[in-house]
Amino acid sequence: MSVIYILLIISIVIAVGFFIAFIIAVKSGQYDDSYTPSVRMLFEDELVKKKSRKSKLTTNKL
Amino acid sequence: MDSERCFHCGDKCDKNLIEFQQKLFCCNGCKTVYEIFSENDLTCYYDLQSSPGATPKEIQGKYEFLDQQKIIDKLIEFNDDTTQIVTLYIPHIHCSSCIWILENLNKLHPEISSSQVNFGKKTVRITYNSKNYSLKEVVLLLSSIGYEPYISLEDYKTGKSEIDRSLIYKLGVAGFAFGNIMFLSFPEYFQVDGFWLEKYKPMFRWLMFAFSLPVVFYAAQDYFIAAYKGLRSKLLNIDVPIALGVLVLFVRSTVDIIFDFGTGFFDSLSGLIFFLLIGKFFQQKTYSFLSFERDYKSYFPIAVTKITDTIETSVQVYDIKKGDRLLIRNEELIPVDGILISDSASIDYSFVTGESETVYKKSRDKLFAGGKQIAGVIELEVLKSVKQSYLTQLWSNDVFHKKTKEPFTTLTNRISKNFTIFVLSVAVISTTFWLFYDASKAMNVFTAVLIIACPCAVALSAPFTLGNLLRIFGKSKFYLKNAKVIEQLASINTIIFDKTGTITSNKKSTATYKGETLSIAEEILLKNTLRGSNHPLSRTLYEILEAKNNITLNHFEESIGKGIEASYNDIHIKIGSAKFVGKTSNTAVLNTTVHVSINDSYKGKFTFYNSYREGLSKLFNKLQKGYDLVVLSGDNEGEQENLKKLLPSKTKLIFNQKPDDKLEYIKGLQSKSAKIMMVGDGLNDAGALAQSNVGISISENINVFSPACDAILDASKFDQLYSYIKASKSAIKIIKWSFVLSFMYNIVGLYFAVTGQLLPVIAAILMPLSSISVVTFTTIATNILGRKLN
Repeated sequence: MSVIYILLIISIVIAVGFFIAFIIAVKSGQYDDSYTPSVRMLFEDELVKKKSRKSKLTTNKL
Repeated sequence: MDSERCFHCGDKCDKNLIEFQQKLFCCNGCKTVYEIFSENDLTCYYDLQSSPGATPKEIQGKYEFLDQQKIIDKLIEFNDDTTQIVTLYIPHIHCSSCIWILENLNKLHPEISSSQVNFGKKTVRITYNSKNYSLKEVVLLLSSIGYEPYISLEDYKTGKSEIDRSLIYKLGVAGFAFGNIMFLSFPEYFQVDGFWLEKYKPMFRWLMFAFSLPVVFYAAQDYFIAAYKGLRSKLLNIDVPIALGVLVLFVRSTVDIIFDFGTGFFDSLSGLIFFLLIGKFFQQKTYSFLSFERDYKSYFPIAVTKITDTIETSVQVYDIKKGDRLLIRNEELIPVDGILISDSASIDYSFVTGESETVYKKSRDKLFAGGKQIAGVIELEVLKSVKQSYLTQLWSNDVFHKKTKEPFTTLTNRISKNFTIFVLSVAVISTTFWLFYDASKAMNVFTAVLIIACPCAVALSAPFTLGNLLRIFGKSKFYLKNAKVIEQLASINTIIFDKTGTITSNKKSTATYKGETLSIAEEILLKNTLRGSNHPLSRTLYEILEAKNNITLNHFEESIGKGIEASYNDIHIKIGSAKFVGKTSNTAVLNTTVHVSINDSYKGKFTFYNSYREGLSKLFNKLQKGYDLVVLSGDNEGEQENLKKLLPSKTKLIFNQKPDDKLEYIKGLQSKSAKIMMVGDGLNDAGALAQSNVGISISENINVFSPACDAILDASKFDQLYSYIKASKSAIKIIKWSFVLSFMYNIVGLYFAVTGQLLPVIAAILMPLSSISVVTFTTIATNILGRKLN
């Protein structure tokens, strides 16, 4: 059997795999809100820092 | 200036400054929120955005109804023994600080396990432990930090609406198939005749066939349905040639591979559907934070307080019966028509009429649903249930039940009729020619013409032009319901304006003083007395008066609904209604007035006028060249002279129009083939907005409510109205030019098709090329248009 069959099967399986991943992502609502996650991503550091020191603005200003 | 602004909410601190931890606050409410945050180590809130907060409002008793299990069940999304999930709409969500604090609610209360914000929709989804915590406590917690959720009658329904994601799925399917088919058809593009290709060709082809099946039968199904519907109502809409093209592409390609005529057009087929769906997706811009379909339900509360034998219980609004006694608190909306039992009430009917002035009512006066009580607590007796009340009955009018207004043929569909006839005749003529010349090629030519003429680029012109303009309008605060509105906007010839709240501004009132001149000391006292009052008229007057000095009053007393009195040194001042200051008014006055007396002798009165929006005359002068202008007002003729001076002479001024009259007036004009744009604001315009061809609702604050309409215009952009109409007209021109562009591609393609030389590779090049160049052209052209707009 020619290697082309194996290659085709691999490529189609991978493609279908990604396609299913896409469908699952849409179904879970990932595309419903495309803005908030982009902001939320930036907060993770803030939470860790906050424990050790008081926020910059509230202590230095005034 | 910065130091004078409240650290929490950013308002000017002109009244009672509060200093706390070296920070300034405008009121105790703001200070308390800051304290809550700093105790819980959440002051990061103020780092992300300066002064992001809102002053928490007085909510005592407002959420009593959340104790009722029946109401809770309707509001929450998920419920089991220990966990409840609720999604609340919070109008104040506006910046990254808001997201941060709301997603850290679990730090404020341990029973809240998680919370997630949807910024676009301004909602927060909160998960909490229902054993030790309740929905009411969640709402109270949110209110206490200035994020009061908005719960209206609209939320009171079973079953949350599902989001329609089918377009994304279809786009995914088409894109997936398009990519794979492209790969598989690549070897044959180069026509290399070799043993290898000959051997595997059938397999590649049948794989392509397999990939094209979901595209034709799933992704493209909307086009078949639309074409079928069009044909049934004897309309040659744009979907007819598209569906025909898709069908011919699929059948011809299948026949080709079965009889080994060639490789088929599966690549063009999937590419065509993919591009068309992208166009559809692009046009489908929605503003998730705006709603264009509102009715009274989104204004009304879920429950109000009912009094039975001095016991207060909350009752669901639909359960209110005639004869019930209701308690309406400060800032609460009256949900039903009723009779006032308390001594007096000040009702703000701005929801209903757009009129910002408050109306004073005495005991036994009739109150209409939709009014908002703004001074103290009142009691009333119910006359009619919610569904029979004056305001809600307006919604039984037919206009609100028709799904679509008069059928509107889009430019694309108008063109497609001629286009389809042209294509079919070319196909028939060329096939007839080939039948005599070389009959073996006739079928080939016939299908090739239908394939290449498939109006992909034509169908893309409008979605991309209008979709892009929709976004540009959105950026400059003109929010349209959908892309069709732009085409309708370009076709109007009559513009009707509501008066109050539309061409007048709600915020800025001007007042003139008539009477004895006040001494400087008296003026200072007047201003300082007004400072203590929260009544809207006092606030307005306070802003207008110029006296500067701050003094501490010896005595201050406010009688709700009547007026205020105060004294300083030996001057005693009374401000308020004519009766309150001791003047018996002899004439019925149309305007709103505030009277002043000092040391019990009458001094004079302030008369309030609504000020007209800036740029009003200019706008009308620009508009009068191309449009018939009408001002339809629900008010009396009091302002007629004033308006005549401001507006061009040919503007029609019509007064004393009830909501129904406005609707009928528009209907009347429409029967004389006028295309009408209605610009209004309050619920009283709702009927007129729905009846008109384009209904635009003016809004001072787009996050607050506006009636059902086609477009929402931010009040600050009112003077730009003409530019928006002009831009819509230019958009139509752009679409026409891109039609020309795509027809040129079609003519090139037709040349190949008619001469019987259409190879799959030519179709695969021409089709995407024409689509891409049309999309590029429209995008660039609309962006240039957008730049002119700003």
